[in-house]
Amino acid sequence: MPEEFKPGCKRPPIKKSPAQMEVTSEVIMKEATQSMVKVGKPAPDFTASAYLAGKFVNIGLEEFKGKWVLLCFYPGDFTFV
Amino acid sequence: MGVEVLSCSVDSIYVHKMWNDHEISKMIGKDVPFAMLSDQDGSIGKMYGIYDEDSGVETRGRFIIDPDGIIQGFEVLTPPVGRNITESFRQVQAFQLVRASEGTEATPSGWKPGKQTLKPGPDLVGNVWKVWKVSEAFED
Repeated sequence: MPEEFKPGCKRPPIKKSPAQMEVTSEVIMKEATQSMVKVGKPAPDFTASAYLAGKFVNIGLEEFKGKWVLLCFYPGDFTFV
Repeated sequence: MGVEVLSCSVDSIYVHKMWNDHEISKMIGKDVPFAMLSDQDGSIGKMYGIYDEDSGVETRGRFIIDPDGIIQGFEVLTPPVGRNITESFRQVQAFQLVRASEGTEATPSGWKPGKQTLKPGPDLVGNVWKVWKVSEAFED
């Protein structure tokens, strides 16, 4: 029987196959390249698909030059908090 | 107040639509008024340093970006604790005031709209205690 788990705000850890385990050093390299942005420095630009007012749209941060932006990340839809 | 809100998670735009339609719109009585961005490979989250590789989701990172595209502040929380939106807006209002004053005014601890600002300069050095009381940091 599959074990029931309590839903939380996080996904369960991603299971890695043995083949993936071998490239752990590569994963560590990737994590090492992820660094926190700095205040007083430019916000990294991006474009992304988005849902806005009943439509699917593409949005780029560049479009918001001249405006104040509050960019909020969160773990996922339907995650309670 | 003059701030554009963008939300972002690793969910697809289709899930965003379902979340809006089936839960959020019922919570607030209307559709989500801002763009819900989809970052399914976490690439945006990685650029901002808030993507959690272990769980494959983005943590609760919140960034204030000014009209020049400069990050003025951020806060990051782990998933189980929600943010204080009022505090985010207060910070935006403080940054807007400082920008409008072209740097001649600063907002002390506990500042909110209507409360006293400080005007940094030679005369204020060592004299903040004369014009600002610690109690103001804790008062509404």
